[in-house]
Amino acid sequence: MGTDMTETAERQSWMGLLARAPAERLAALMPQAPEFDWLRVPEIGGVMMRGRAGGTGAPFNLGEMTVTRCALRLGSGEVGHACVMGRDKAHAQRAALVDALMQGATAAAIRAQVLDPLAQDEDARRSARAARAAATKVDFFTMVRGEA
Amino acid sequence: MYVAVKGGERAIDAAHDWLAEERRGDPAIPELSIAQIREQMALAVNRVMAEGSLYDPDLAALAIKQARGDLIEAIFLIRAYRTTLPRFGASKPLDTAAMRCDRRISATFKDAPGGQVLGPTFDYTHRLLDFALAAEGEAPVARQGDPVAGDTPRIMDFLNADGLIQQEPPSDDTPADLTREPLEFPAGRDLRLQALSRSDEGFVLGMAYSTQRGYGRNHPFVGELRIGAVEVVMDIPELGFDICIGEVTLTECETVNQFTGSKSEPAQFTRGYGLVFGQSERKAISMALVDRALRWDELGEEDVGAPAQDAEFVLAHGDNIQATGFLEHIKLPHYVDFQSELELVRRMRREAMGEMKEAAQ
Repeated sequence: MGTDMTETAERQSWMGLLARAPAERLAALMPQAPEFDWLRVPEIGGVMMRGRAGGTGAPFNLGEMTVTRCALRLGSGEVGHACVMGRDKAHAQRAALVDALMQGATAAAIRAQVLDPLAQDEDARRSARAARAAATKVDFFTMVRGEA
Repeated sequence: MYVAVKGGERAIDAAHDWLAEERRGDPAIPELSIAQIREQMALAVNRVMAEGSLYDPDLAALAIKQARGDLIEAIFLIRAYRTTLPRFGASKPLDTAAMRCDRRISATFKDAPGGQVLGPTFDYTHRLLDFALAAEGEAPVARQGDPVAGDTPRIMDFLNADGLIQQEPPSDDTPADLTREPLEFPAGRDLRLQALSRSDEGFVLGMAYSTQRGYGRNHPFVGELRIGAVEVVMDIPELGFDICIGEVTLTECETVNQFTGSKSEPAQFTRGYGLVFGQSERKAISMALVDRALRWDELGEEDVGAPAQDAEFVLAHGDNIQATGFLEHIKLPHYVDFQSELELVRRMRREAMGEMKEAAQ
C-alpha cells in the first residue's frame, strides 16, 4: 500500500466512475491506447452481492452479478486494474488503461478528456431521474371540515 | 429403472429446428432485439434476474428471447449460465440507506421526512387497456420537479429512536450460501432471505397472501418501500482497498408487524424484510411478509401450523427451477417404469379374479 488516504480516495473515485460508465461512452472518449502488457487478461465472472437483514442487520447473500476484471502494465510502468459490472471485456480493458494513465504524467489531460465528461454524464443521468422522482412527490393537503 | 434406449435423434433435431422457426414467428414482422426487450420489457427482465439470481439485464433479455417469453424457461437458462461463472468474491453488504430512490413510500407515516415519492408506478392507474399503445406515437416525456439532495432517511430509524421497534443489530458474520451448500433445516434467517429473494414470485405471493387471510396472521404494514439504484462495493485484495464495481436497481420493503412483549420486555413492533433485484415490489412485499411469518420461533410466537410458518415447506418449494425440473421430468420417457407397473397391475387383477372364482365355486 503506502499510498496516502487522498490518493486512495481519488483512485477509488475514478475506478468507480469508470465501472459505472456506459461502455460505449467510455469507448467514444478514449484516447489513443498506449502500449501495454497484460498482467491478467480480461476474465468474466460473478460477484455475490450481499444485503443486510432489515437493511442494517446481519448480512445475507442476495444474488450474483456478472463482472469483468483485468490488470495491465503500461510501457511506462504504471499498473492499471479494472473490475466492472457486466461482460464487456473492452470496457474492462479501457477502464484499466485509464486507471493506469491516471497514475502517469498525462493524468491531468486524461481527467479532462475522459473522467470529467463521464462525471458530468453521470450527474446528468442521476439528476434526470431525481427530477422525475421529485415530480411524483405527494403534496398532502387537509380538507377543512365545515363547521356550521 | 433406467434402460438406455437409442433412437429419436432425427426427431429431436427436427423438433429443435421447428422451435427456432416458431420462436422467430412470422418473418414479415420485425425481429425483437435484445435491447428492445431490455428497455421495453424491463419488469420481465427484472423478474428473470431476480429468480435467476444473476444481475445482468442483457443476459436476462437474451434468455427471454430464447425462451419465447416463457419466464421460468428464461430463469432456467440464467441459472445454468450462472453455474459456469467463476466466483470472484462477495460484495460488501449493500448500503440501501444510500439508495438513489426512484420511488419511496410509507404506509405508516404520511409526513415521513423525504416524503411520499410515487415513482413510475402502476398504482392509481385505472387498469384499462390503453389502445394508444397499439399505435406508433411520440415517446412520452415525464414531468420534472426539484430534487432534494442527500440520502432518503429510513422510516425504521424513527421508530428505532423511540425503541418502539425490534432492532436489527449489524454484524460482520459470513452468511451461509445455498449456491455452495445444499439447503438444510433448520435454516437461519440469512439462508431464508437468500432463498426467498430468488424464489418464484407467484409462490411467494401466494404464501404471503395466505398469512393475510389468516394462516399465521402477523398484521403487516408497509413501513417503507423503496426502489432505486445502489452502488455495489467490493474489496480488491490486489489493491488493498475497496472500489465500486457498478450500480444495481433494487426494491426494498420493510414491514412493521404485530407487536410482541413479555414480562421482561415492553411491547414493541417486529419487522419483516424484503430485498429483490430490479423494480419488483410485489415480490419484495411478499418476501417481507413471508420472512416475518418464518420468524415465529425467534419472536416467541406460537406455531399455529400455517404453511407460511414452515420453513422447509416454503423454502423447498419456492424454487421454480427445482420445482419445474422435477415436475417436467415426468413427461420424459418412463417406458420401462410404466411397463413394470402394468405387469404388476395385471398380475394383481389376475390373482384377484382367481380368488373370486375360487370363492364362487
